[in-house]
Amino acid sequence: MSIRIAIAQINPKLGDLDANMRLYKENIRRATKEAADLLLFPELSLTGYYLRDTVPNVALTLNAAERKTLKELSRELPFVAGLVEESADHRFFNAAVYFEKGEIRHTHRKVYLPTYGMFDEQRYFAAGDRIRVFDSKFGRLALLVCEDLWHPSTIYLAALDGALAVLCPSASPLRGIVDAQAQDDNARYWEMINRTYAETYSLFMVYGNRCGFEDGVGFWGGSEIVDPFGQRIAKAKYYEEDFLVADIALESVRRKRTMSPLLRDEDIDLTINELMRIRERPAAHFVQKLKGSKVQRFKASKKRKR
Amino acid sequence: MIQIPTNAPLLGEILTGFIRNEVHKTGLSKAVVGLSGGVDSALSAMLAAKALGAKNVLAILMPYKSSNPGSQTHAEMVVQKIGLESLVVDITPQIDAYFERFPDADARRSGNEMARERMTILYDHSARWNGLVIGTSNKTELLLGYGTLHGDMASAINPLGDLYKTQVWALAEAIGVPSVIVAKEPSADLWVGQTDEGELGFTYREVDKLLYMMVDQRCTKPELITLGFTETFIDRVALQIMTSQFKRRLPVIAKVSQRTIDRDFRYSRDWGK
Repeated sequence: MSIRIAIAQINPKLGDLDANMRLYKENIRRATKEAADLLLFPELSLTGYYLRDTVPNVALTLNAAERKTLKELSRELPFVAGLVEESADHRFFNAAVYFEKGEIRHTHRKVYLPTYGMFDEQRYFAAGDRIRVFDSKFGRLALLVCEDLWHPSTIYLAALDGALAVLCPSASPLRGIVDAQAQDDNARYWEMINRTYAETYSLFMVYGNRCGFEDGVGFWGGSEIVDPFGQRIAKAKYYEEDFLVADIALESVRRKRTMSPLLRDEDIDLTINELMRIRERPAAHFVQKLKGSKVQRFKASKKRKR
Repeated sequence: MIQIPTNAPLLGEILTGFIRNEVHKTGLSKAVVGLSGGVDSALSAMLAAKALGAKNVLAILMPYKSSNPGSQTHAEMVVQKIGLESLVVDITPQIDAYFERFPDADARRSGNEMARERMTILYDHSARWNGLVIGTSNKTELLLGYGTLHGDMASAINPLGDLYKTQVWALAEAIGVPSVIVAKEPSADLWVGQTDEGELGFTYREVDKLLYMMVDQRCTKPELITLGFTETFIDRVALQIMTSQFKRRLPVIAKVSQRTIDRDFRYSRDWGK
């Protein structure tokens, strides 16, 4: 099955939901016109990235009017939105939401919130606590947001959970100038992992980054689609607005996995056993970290199941 | 061998994109730059012209009677080369009028006063011309605190603030700033014969290497010594960065409420833009 994927590499207005909703509508119309089957928007592109204290002002609850608008828009074509989700207990999540046929089919709450250097996400957001692949009209897809993918465990889980394509909305800032390297160092790193992941896990990587500047921080754009053989099949412009459209043939996942059945041979039990061992007797430098509440919670839930 | 990367084509693209984006999102399309005749302001003006078009950049030359005449010649050279809008405002009358009342001022005070006078002129023309004031302070100066607070350090947006002087030179050369400006000895020109390097006591190229390894690469002191920097030099520069921290921050606000500006009232400057 061939799917026409579109990526809206946009420059949203910081904290202005109405303006960004207009931008979403424009891009959805364009994707429809170009006969796209699926449209990917970047991370937090309905709100802007450096939201800081505006997070609660732009958060969408379950009943928010904007959610209804987005649902309606998805009758035209399925898309992934990047927004702030407010849970019933008033936690705010950096979320990627898959809308299809007037419904929300999947929400991924960003698990790994960067809080170092130029990033401060844990100050403003609650972290997601699950990585789940979902079924779409195109087959099984994974949604992972930006930093999530810098933790190889997320793509490992997505691949074992059956993802044929990983959709990654991103708000990746440009940083690090290197001599004789055409783009900044962050772009280099992303392009390397997109290619490595696509080839290693035999799936499509659909990476949608934003562009523009917020308080002097530029986002490098360069959205791309990489096929299971590690070949880049489409690339957006760096640093400026663009609209990327490309056809992907999901059969090539089958072809690649026939040629190198790495996922078939993956020994999940071995991984689980080793992870259990590491959790029980972690390397010295992890001891302190694992003494935290997460382990306790895990044990408690295990007991409940029994 | 410590090499500070420059990659001029990429830097040029990023910085013009920065100026264009940040100016346009304020609803404006023009810029104002104070042109001193030195390499930093020449580079800022050229980047602004590339980003916004030369006719949308107003260069203001603000000499004082003791300024090196060469400075104005070099500034005019930049205006001619890019075709900028320009204006000369001699600051001698107001500076002299002020110091007639306070004749005890030393070179530092009068230099700072001139820098702040120039700032007020730039901001007045920012309103008159509907353009943002483009900064010209580079990372070396900002880290060392080698600039006048609310003077030359003031601007609306600054394309050079994350570039060491070494990188400013390289980018200026690549982008076509007249070579006589790139090659000359850096000077704030606040008094006759002043040179930056003479006043600082080290060269920009030396200190840039140290700053790059210390700040950007986060090397520890023993690591810096291994790289060949002397302990005295490291300590001196580290102290200078620390003692000038106040220049890189907004004024300290006494906290009394639940939400204090910039402490627990945190918004990006581009909020709503």
